[in-house]
Amino acid sequence: MCLYILHIAPVLFWLFNAGHSLGDLDGIPIAVKDNFSTSGIETTCASNMLKGCVPPYNATVVQKLLDQGAILMGKTNLDEFAMGSGSTDGVFGPVKNPWSYSKQYREKRKQKPHGEKEDSNWLITGGSSGGSAAAVAAFTCFAALGSDTGGSTRNPAAHCGVVGFKPSYGLVSRHGLIPLVNSMDVPGILTRCVDDAALVLGVLAGHDPKDSTTVQDPVKPFTLPTLTDVSKLCIGIPKEYLAPELSSEVRSFWSKAADLFESEGAKVIEVSLPHTSYSIVCYHVLCTSEVASNMARFDGLEYGHRCDIDVSTEAMYAATRREGFNDVVRGRILSGNFFLLKENYENYFIKAQKVRRLIANDFVNVFNSGVDVLLTPTTLSEAVPYLEFIKEDNRTRSAQDDIFTQAVNMAGLPAVSVPVALSNQGLPIGLQFIGRAFRDQQLLTIAKWFEKQVQFPVIQLQELMDDCSSVFEIEKLGSVSLKQ
Amino acid sequence: MAAPMLRWCCLGRRWVLACVDSGSRHGRGAAIGFTSSRKRGQSSVAQQPLITAQKSRKGEHKWAAVVGLEIHAQISSNSKLFSGSQVRFAAPPNSLVSFFDASLPGTLPVLNRRCVEAAVMTGLALSCRINKKSLFDRKHYFYADLPAGYQITQQRLPIAVNGSLAYSVCAGKKPSQVISKTVRIKQIQLEQDSGKSLHDELRSQTLIDLNRAGVGLLEVVLEPDMSCGEEAATAVRELQLILQALGTSRANMAEGQLRVDANISVHHPGEPLGVRTEVKNLNSARFLAKAIDSEIERQIHELENGREILNETRSFDYKLGCTMPMRDKEGKQDYRFMPEPNLPPLLLYDTASLPPGADPQQVINIDWIRERLPDLPSETREKLIQQYGMLPEHSFALLNEVGLLEFFQNVIKETRAEPKKVTSWVLNIFLGFLKQQNLAVNESPVTPTALAELLNLLDRKAISSSAAKQVFEELWRSKGKTPSQIVSEKQLELMQDEEALERVCHTVMEGHPQVVMDMKRGNSRAINKLIGLVRKATLSRADPTVIKEILEKKLSS
Repeated sequence: MCLYILHIAPVLFWLFNAGHSLGDLDGIPIAVKDNFSTSGIETTCASNMLKGCVPPYNATVVQKLLDQGAILMGKTNLDEFAMGSGSTDGVFGPVKNPWSYSKQYREKRKQKPHGEKEDSNWLITGGSSGGSAAAVAAFTCFAALGSDTGGSTRNPAAHCGVVGFKPSYGLVSRHGLIPLVNSMDVPGILTRCVDDAALVLGVLAGHDPKDSTTVQDPVKPFTLPTLTDVSKLCIGIPKEYLAPELSSEVRSFWSKAADLFESEGAKVIEVSLPHTSYSIVCYHVLCTSEVASNMARFDGLEYGHRCDIDVSTEAMYAATRREGFNDVVRGRILSGNFFLLKENYENYFIKAQKVRRLIANDFVNVFNSGVDVLLTPTTLSEAVPYLEFIKEDNRTRSAQDDIFTQAVNMAGLPAVSVPVALSNQGLPIGLQFIGRAFRDQQLLTIAKWFEKQVQFPVIQLQELMDDCSSVFEIEKLGSVSLKQ
Repeated sequence: MAAPMLRWCCLGRRWVLACVDSGSRHGRGAAIGFTSSRKRGQSSVAQQPLITAQKSRKGEHKWAAVVGLEIHAQISSNSKLFSGSQVRFAAPPNSLVSFFDASLPGTLPVLNRRCVEAAVMTGLALSCRINKKSLFDRKHYFYADLPAGYQITQQRLPIAVNGSLAYSVCAGKKPSQVISKTVRIKQIQLEQDSGKSLHDELRSQTLIDLNRAGVGLLEVVLEPDMSCGEEAATAVRELQLILQALGTSRANMAEGQLRVDANISVHHPGEPLGVRTEVKNLNSARFLAKAIDSEIERQIHELENGREILNETRSFDYKLGCTMPMRDKEGKQDYRFMPEPNLPPLLLYDTASLPPGADPQQVINIDWIRERLPDLPSETREKLIQQYGMLPEHSFALLNEVGLLEFFQNVIKETRAEPKKVTSWVLNIFLGFLKQQNLAVNESPVTPTALAELLNLLDRKAISSSAAKQVFEELWRSKGKTPSQIVSEKQLELMQDEEALERVCHTVMEGHPQVVMDMKRGNSRAINKLIGLVRKATLSRADPTVIKEILEKKLSS
């Protein structure tokens, strides 16, 4: 088991030694994305609308972690209401990628002739669970909860060089996760290795009487077996995922990964998911429609932000919602309400639902043909600098960045992004495995084998730590071994 | 559809959540708009003749009215439809509100099994087809007492469809002329109730009470098969009795557990239906028929004067006795329906389709609910008619008052008196006393046992029927006394001693020679006068038939 202990070590050791072991995660520091309800702790969704709001209850997943003895280090930043792919559009500002300050990245940059100002060139984390990915990548916690609606856990995991796991829809309770798209949201798990993700999944998975969409069958905690032989596996490579925008580097790592499986005796075949190209536009209709509905409760009456205008109830609603939500959220609410109008419902929402079924069936067909897992890129390229990222608007970015991750949510399948290697720029690149519904353990077992083969390098934050050595008198983070 | 009642707030209104601890101030405020609960309104279904519908003018076609109803019945359950909060009437404001009811972000609905069973049971009682798969939808509108901004309902695929409701209306002058009618039931759907907005005009505030928010409702949609207020009111009354018999809803209109919206239009028979209006919130049985009839009359009046009927929402002003347009600011609402993503399809089973090894706690078996169905009001009435030879209208009357049938059956159990006698006493005298004092059956000072004993005394001719009424009055006034005690205290026993009675008759005849003469001349009415005089002399303790026999015997001798 992995253990990382920070300042609270003395307290934890005291508890540990006193024999007060609470469970598998006793004393383990964790972080939680700020769209999970935490009792007595502000839960904001990085929105003005919920700034200062302190929920009276814990999300089921948070409660389960705490019950196992985990220590909540903090709530992590995100795009407002998890709408975004950069973790740049929250009311508290953007999340910075720890790799911006890594030895690996800085050394590569120094080689470049034109010396830009380093500080202004920090990288985005991807999103929307960028805060959680950064927290895990920067060793501030052992595991973090993200949420994944269209790739929001896997995308930042890939950019931050950590494991990002999206469980099957219905395996993990959504109770207390402030929804983006109820029919696609899944709590995500971010860790530094696949084993850790499996450990956390074991704690979180199973029926929750408070979430009617969770599986009825009990799920027992498990440890992942160590695969030694992949020769019986069939790995599918979806040809539609060879997008023209895919960077040549990611493409080459993807192809190397496929070769690796093949060289170890696995069957690697090209498969087709013919409706993939409709996924983004379909997602746009379904997502905005549910957003319009889910956001209707934020009216300034029961909780959250309320404007000062009291001319009429309607004026109060309007001003509250304009002040409370950013442009991205308001834009999605507007489109969603348009799609749900009586005259549009058939042409948009119903059609999108049908397309969703086709996309889900694509996966069913592929898996029925004997494929065990699909291997795809997670993102188009490595993380880009913030200044680069914000040249495009949120909607364009989300549409581009979600293309490899988003169809999985339509189908409710489990998927995991595993860091593979560093790019020429010294930045992490991740690849994604997609498994059959509720075969999460099989998926993670394969991911674990792969992780072992690629030996992704540990982030080296030595320089940063040296800079801050007067502040942090702690051991050198870069040298911490994650595995015992 | 439970379209919201839209009221738009005045300038400067502020929203405040009514606090639990200010319950004393607002506690009764929750009853704003209710008719007094002391009025037993539900028993007095308006018995108006069918004037409006058939009203015709010279040289013109007859008008026919078409009335359909949407009835919301609060499900009688311990907890709400999708949360564990309790359901209780008149609890302190906001004391029965879960995180879900207040729509805290991240909370999810969990369907209440009891509410589903109530819907299935009601569907079966109304001969509906129960859908083995039904779906939940969100219906969106902004209103302060709808915290989520949407109501969870069953728009696309409701739990029960295609049923019927039989009811009987009186025709003509005789109450015994009963006509059976049927109204088709389009569907029964499960949905959430909203909270309540309490408008404080004085402080220009609106207070929100979420106790009712999320309580389970059965929306029963009746097809437009009715043609006047009385039919609608009678159908609603029958539905109310059925719900109460099933125990699926307390269906008390005064407590808001049964609420009715009516869709009304008029047309000339044979021609297409007219434009309809919706009269909302007919929440009192007393005004239901009146509101519908006045709206029918208004529509006919408008059309006859060359005006058009607008497709609009109206409310009934009971003070003015007519319907008024409601201020619908934006005109038509678009409810932007969409599937509720947090609830999987609701699956029901019957014995044939029950998956083997299914956990009985997890599944609902329609056949099992069917077996547990109690007698419906129509069956109970039929049994009364068969068992006691009762007139149909008496069987209706017995069921019309909560607890009256049980009272009647308890009396029957303990008395030797004829069922007809018991019926007559319960419906005329007992019910008359109740009505006079506005009491419910369970508030009656006279117990079934006491009435049974009284009827026994009457049956064995220990007292006269007029004395029996006196005893009843005494029973009503002084709780705790038995009829026999009252009879002996007041010396109301019939004179059993015939000789003594003969002596009294003799004295009376001697004292009134003129009357005796009249009689002998053949004035048949004179004997009644003598009987009266004898009864008076015996302090009404003699049986008039016995007196008559004695007098006739004496006169002929």
